[in-house]
Parts: sequence; structure tokens; C-alpha cells
Amino acid sequence: MNIKRNIALSDSGFVFNPSTGDSFSTNPIGLEIIRLLQEMKTAEQVKKAILAQYLTDDATFEKDFYDFVNMLNRFNLMETEEKDEKATN
Amino acid sequence: MKKPLINVAVTGLNAIDSPGPGVPVIRALRDSKDFDVRIIGLSYETLEPGIYMHDLVDKTYQIPFPSSGVASLLTRLRYINSIENIDVLIPNFDAELFNFIKLEETLRDDLGIKTFLPTSEQFEARQKHCLNEYGIKHGIKVPHSKKIFSIHDIPGLRAEFTYPLVVKGQYYDASVAYTPEQAVTYFNKISAKWGLPIIVQQYVYGSEVNVTALGDGKGNTIGAVPMRKQYITDKGKAWAGISLDDDELMKTTRKLIKSTKWRGGMELEIIKTREGDYYLIEINPRFPAWVYLAVGCGQNHPEALVKMAMGMPVKPWKKFDVGKMFIRYAYDMIVELSEFEKISTLGEL
Amino acid sequence: MKKIQYERPVIQRLNAGVMNKFGTKTEYAPVTEIDGNRVKDLITKFGSPLFVLSEKTMRQNYKDANRAFKNRYPKVQFAWSYKTNYMNAVCNVYHQEGSWAEAVSGFEYQKALKNGVPGNKIIFNGPDKTESELRAAIYNNSMIHIDHLDELYLIKELATEMNKRPRVAIRVNMDTGIYPMWDRFGFNYENGQAWDAINKIMLNDKMDLVGLHAHIGTFMLAPSAYAVAATKLSDLALGVKLKYKKNIQYIDLGGGFASKNTLKGSYLQGADSSPSFDQFAEAITTAILNAGFGESDLPLLILETGRALVDDAGYLLGSVISNKRLADGRRATIMDFGVNIMFTSFWYDHKISPAQEFSQYTEDAVLYGPLCMNIDVIRENVTLPPLKRNDQVVVHCVGAYNMTQWMQFISLRPAIVLIDLEEKAHVIRKRETLQTIESEEVLPAYLKEIKL
Repeated sequence: MNIKRNIALSDSGFVFNPSTGDSFSTNPIGLEIIRLLQEMKTAEQVKKAILAQYLTDDATFEKDFYDFVNMLNRFNLMETEEKDEKATN
Repeated sequence: MKKPLINVAVTGLNAIDSPGPGVPVIRALRDSKDFDVRIIGLSYETLEPGIYMHDLVDKTYQIPFPSSGVASLLTRLRYINSIENIDVLIPNFDAELFNFIKLEETLRDDLGIKTFLPTSEQFEARQKHCLNEYGIKHGIKVPHSKKIFSIHDIPGLRAEFTYPLVVKGQYYDASVAYTPEQAVTYFNKISAKWGLPIIVQQYVYGSEVNVTALGDGKGNTIGAVPMRKQYITDKGKAWAGISLDDDELMKTTRKLIKSTKWRGGMELEIIKTREGDYYLIEINPRFPAWVYLAVGCGQNHPEALVKMAMGMPVKPWKKFDVGKMFIRYAYDMIVELSEFEKISTLGEL
Repeated sequence: MKKIQYERPVIQRLNAGVMNKFGTKTEYAPVTEIDGNRVKDLITKFGSPLFVLSEKTMRQNYKDANRAFKNRYPKVQFAWSYKTNYMNAVCNVYHQEGSWAEAVSGFEYQKALKNGVPGNKIIFNGPDKTESELRAAIYNNSMIHIDHLDELYLIKELATEMNKRPRVAIRVNMDTGIYPMWDRFGFNYENGQAWDAINKIMLNDKMDLVGLHAHIGTFMLAPSAYAVAATKLSDLALGVKLKYKKNIQYIDLGGGFASKNTLKGSYLQGADSSPSFDQFAEAITTAILNAGFGESDLPLLILETGRALVDDAGYLLGSVISNKRLADGRRATIMDFGVNIMFTSFWYDHKISPAQEFSQYTEDAVLYGPLCMNIDVIRENVTLPPLKRNDQVVVHCVGAYNMTQWMQFISLRPAIVLIDLEEKAHVIRKRETLQTIESEEVLPAYLKEIKL
């Protein structure tokens, strides 16, 4: 699960994909997840980091996390490598 | 003597191929010899060019779309006003006027923001589907028109109309139909988009002339400049136009403003037939995008509007330069992504 | 370290032309209580979904409407439209305020009688009145509004048979410049049917023509159309006076005033564009006052306003069942209420507020009901904060035409609670149970046993 490295982020939640020219807006937790992914953290590590900070439970976050990654994929913000398939299964 | 500074909020910053009047209105205000302005732009979308024209617009705020209602708009304006202390607000879109007219008193009494708008009666009475009654009431020729609700009404139109006729939506869209079959096609197309009724209007042969005008709300015409489009874009917008010397047209304009006691800016769309008759086809309840031509001809309508809103004395103009032209041009600004980011994420720039 | 309140991560493409979120917060500002009762508490106590009615709003609306008309016209009478909401508690709030009753079926008529409305203060409308229902209405001296000639002749026969003079009015349809024209009800004005019917009643002299009635449409946004209707009814009344030297006692302009809901496809918000009671009152009363009645001959003005009096007094509380992602990437949220109990979502874009605090981040979503039916869509497109399972929402303006048009389909109908003026909640209709549904069922003996 690799996010594109060249994605530009700002504290306001502005996300810019320089290779497509698309821009997006995300909420603070979304921003944090994208940053963690850029640091090459695994899904497990992202979960751990978020659960340590936010009032939520394992199952809820896992569901929301995969939905979020799904959207990142849809928006072309993830590297399209075959091995990703395995990671999300 | 130092000129007073007035904070003016302006919408319609979409200076694109089908332009809003905001940018020309701001240019006109900046030309004023009697006051300086700080311009607060109000935008709906993040790519309205005016947002990025920092020599014209001092600060821009996003405002909610008209369809989200009066309450949302007021909440946002309250916030903007708490920072900007707006003196005068000039809305420039047809679609937003309903809400601003509705808010006029609240803006004035609660926020101290002055406007100079038509009344809601004036605004409603000039709606396309009321044009017949409007013409009769104010003694102005209008092409015969009729509201229809079904394609089954189309065969019977021959009794009252001769083809071609114009098939119009209640708010937007119009197509010229040369046959009943075409009328059916346009009826379906336009009603699918804008709903019922559909307005059928007699097509009038002649040349279209437009007038930008300003009424003081008491029946006086403060200024009026007629123009003929010299070149039209594929969206039907003027690309170039020239000011005209036409007494009849001026008489018609003054008569209409006197009879309706029109308050604020307006644009009249009129067809002049070969026989020399003038048919009113539409009234836009705000300045047109070519309003800067009036300034070029010696009548600064936006400046006069701000003065009237502020309660300053304004004298009606007696003349304007004939034969002045405007030619519109496109210009590519270079904009930093960080600016787009700010307006997109913070709603302010 | 204190943990941060969790909110689902969301990301949205910044598109030109997409509704911007700045300043639109009022649209989804949380509504956490209704008349002093916390939404959360109401749901805990009475279950989800739950209809809630505000007695305060109902009475206030009535007072506003009444004042708007009485300030302009000397003789005004409201008649509560039972079909709009015939919960007895609702009817009796309006009856306490002074409303008569307007029924459009035999069972509504019985309900009105049972609620204690005197027979001579019930208006009996509608195209379907059976012989026995008409008998009862004649016996009770109710105002019978005749819809068609067959009914007129039937009443004539009954009058002879019962040896009693029925009090009747005719329903008149007409062109008021609006579309669609409701010409399927009553007798047409323009083509002379209405005047014909009047003559049939007057010349036959078996019944008393006490009123004239028109109901020009529904969710009317043009007060001017009512002015046209009032003028045309007045014209008929003056015609009767001229020809028969008799005064028509009342003119009934029916209902149809728009509420604060937003019709689907409308560009402006209903709360902004719907005319006020004052605007309707001004149009109607001016038309009657200028019609040419002598001062002592002015007819009573009856109004059967339902929707505009009760719509914004009704709320539907509900909870999120689940979130989904549709194949095209749109967010879908499934609620525990659907079109089965909120029939009006077929024609309005109901305003929906979350019932708990959120940050300013939002998502565009489709709101679905719980039915396994594709048509069960509550809002095709709505901007809401990221809702999660069991989060609660408040749907606004559902007081009219839902509690009478709901259906028991797939799920049972929820409870209805009325919050009184002291902010106390009363159940006025209990949540349905299996027994409610089966109480009228009869199972033949040979089908009682099954073996699987």
C-alpha cells in the first residue's frame, strides 16, 4: 500500500497531485493518515498510530481506513502496483 | 482633499467567456473621482478570475450558492462583515438577487450594509413569463407571448403566432423554432432542464439593441447608454459593441423607468424592427457585463449606484459619448497554487 | 494524554462548480433538541425512528394564520383538514384553537364526530361519499360539498326521503393561471357547469345552497391564483344573490398553501420562497372585499389549510444503520426510516440535520431508507458530516401527509410523540407490533398447520 510520494500536502488539508493536476481537500485525520502512508507506514502501523490518538475502536477504524484508501485509489493518489492487491486482501 | 474610503462587496467575479459583471463594476468604482474603494469580492467558485486579480479585488470570500437559501447567506455575510465592515454590497447575478432582495432590510438594519436593488415586486414583475402583462401595464411594445404547459398546445399556436417563434424556459434558455416540429423539440429539451411553463414568444425581425441604465427608485433615469453588439461569441455574448445615438430608444428607457420606478441597475434587451418599432424582449435586473462601456462614454453607473446607496446626491446625466466602442479580450493570469489552495480550503483569499 | 474525538477520514476532489462549503453550515448545523427535549433522550425512550410533533409550533402557526386573515376580513373560519394529519391529538389541538373539521371520507367524518366536533361544523368533501355516509351528513346538518352531478341527484333523493333540507355547497374548479388545473374535481367555472349546478340546486328547492368551494391546487406558491379563485367564487355568489335574492353564507377557498419544504427541482429554498400567511390573506381578502358584496352580505371565509399549519411542527428522528460506498464512488448512508413512513420524500428535498456535533468537514452522500426496494431514497444528494452507525438525524417539515400516507411495508410504523407546551412528551400513537398488523387477519382453519 504505497501512496504516491510526490503528493503535496498542506496543514489546511489541501492535497495536490502534481502528476495529474488534481487537487483535493481532506479532514485532519485524513491528512494524518496520508502523512503516515507517505512515511511508508504499513496499514497495521497506521492503525496503531491512530488508535493511540483517537477515541475509536479497532473495527470502526479498520472499516473507515479501507474505505479511505479505496478513495485514495479512486483519486489516483496511490501507486498502482500489483502487490497492492495482496495488501488490501 | 482626501477622498473618503468606501468598502464595497461585489459578486460576479467570473470574468470568463460568459462573463459576470463583477469585474467591470469594480473597474468603474476604482475610476471614481469622489471616493476610494476597498473591494471585497464574493465568489461562488474557486476559479472565478476576479478572485486572483489583486489590483482590482482586495480580499475575496466564498459565499454559499443561492440555492442553499437566505439563512446560510446571512450567516456567511455576518462573518464577512465582522471583518470587513462592508458599506455597500452590489450583487451581479440574476440567480442570487431573490435572496439579496429578501435580505435587504436585515443587511441594512442589522449589519449596516447598504444595497440599491429593485424591490421584489419590480424583480418579479419583469420575469419572462409576465412580459405580456408588463408591456401592457407600462405601455411598452413586447412581442406577443404565451405560457404553454404541454406539447399538445403547440399545434394551436398557429392561430396566434407566425413562425418562427422563440421557445423559452422560465428562467434560462431560448431557441428559435421555424416549424412546429422544432417547437416540440425545443419544448422537450428546455422543459426537461428548466421545468414548466415554457414561454412561446413571437420572433421579431430586426436588430437587437441593449441599454444599460440606472433608476433612482423614484422614476428618474440617472443614466442610460444604448449599445449595439458588433460581434457575438458562440454563447451569444457581446465581444464588441458600440454606443448609439437613438432618441426613441432613450425615450422608451426613460418611460419604462418612470413607469416602473425602477431602483438600481438594469439592462434592457430590445429589438428594433425595420419599421422603426421597439420591442422589449427582456429586462435583466442588474448591470450587464458591458457596463464599463457606459463609463467610457462618460456615465459611471456603478459609481452613481454606490453614491445613491450611501445617500449621497446624484445628478442625472444629460449626455454620453456616441460611437465609443468596447472590445473584450482574454488575458491569462499566472497564479500560484498556494492561492488556489487558500481559497479552496479556507474560503478566503 | 486525552484522546481526540474520532471522525471518519474523508477526502473530496475540489471541483469547479461543486457546492462550496463555506457559510453553508446552517444547512447541516446540528439539531440536538426539539422543544426542550434532547433528540438522544427521545430516541432512547421511544425508539428509532420516531415522529415528533411540536404542539407549540402547531398553535403558533394557527395563531399566525388566524391573525393574518382576521386582521383583514371580518368573518374567518378555519377547518382542520383531516387528511393532512388525522391523529386525534393533532386534530384536537386545532379544534381547541377553534378550527372546524374538513373530512374527505366516511372514516375521517366519523373521526371528526368522535373527536366531538358538532355535525354542523364538519365539512364533508371529496368525490367518494357513499349513500349511508351522505345520510349521516344530512342527518347531522353537516356541510356537504358536492363534487359531481350523480352526487347532486343522490342528495336530492335522500332529502325527499328523509324529509330534511341538506346544507350543501358545490365545489368549483377554474382556471387561475396555474398548472396543472384541477378540473377533475367539482364543476367548471369557465364553461358554465358550476352555474348550471347552482341553478339545479336553487330551482329544485330541496336543499340549501349555503356555500361555494374551490380548492385550486396543492403546494401553491402564487397567492395571486387564490385572488383569481376568490374573485370567481364571489362572482358566482353575487350571481345567486341577483337571480334568487339569497345570500351565499360562505366561500371556502380550500387549502393548498405551500409550507416551508423545498420541492424537488426547485432552485430556491422553500423556507425563503414560500409565501407567508399574510401574502395569501392579502390576496384572498382583497379579492372578496372588492367583489361587490354589500357590507352585511359579506360571506364567511372558510380555509381548509392543513399543510402550512402542521408541516414544520413535525419532525422525524432516525438513526444511521450503515455507510456504504457505491460503485461510482459516492457515499451512501442507510437510515432506519424510508419512503414507507416518509411518503413526502417523493416530492420534497427534506432538510436533514445531524443530531450531534461535528467538525466542519462534510461529505456528499445519497441517503437511503432501510427497505429492500430500489426506490427507497430519502435524499438523492445531501451534504452531511461523516455520519457513523447509530448517529442520529432530524428530518424537518414532515408534519403533513406523512402520518396519514405512511404504509406498513417491510417494517412496522414507528411511534408518534407530541411535545406539549410544558415541553413534556406524550405518545399519541404507539409503535406498531406484529399484533397491530395481524389483528384484522383471518387464517382459514385448513391453513393453520404447516409442516416443513
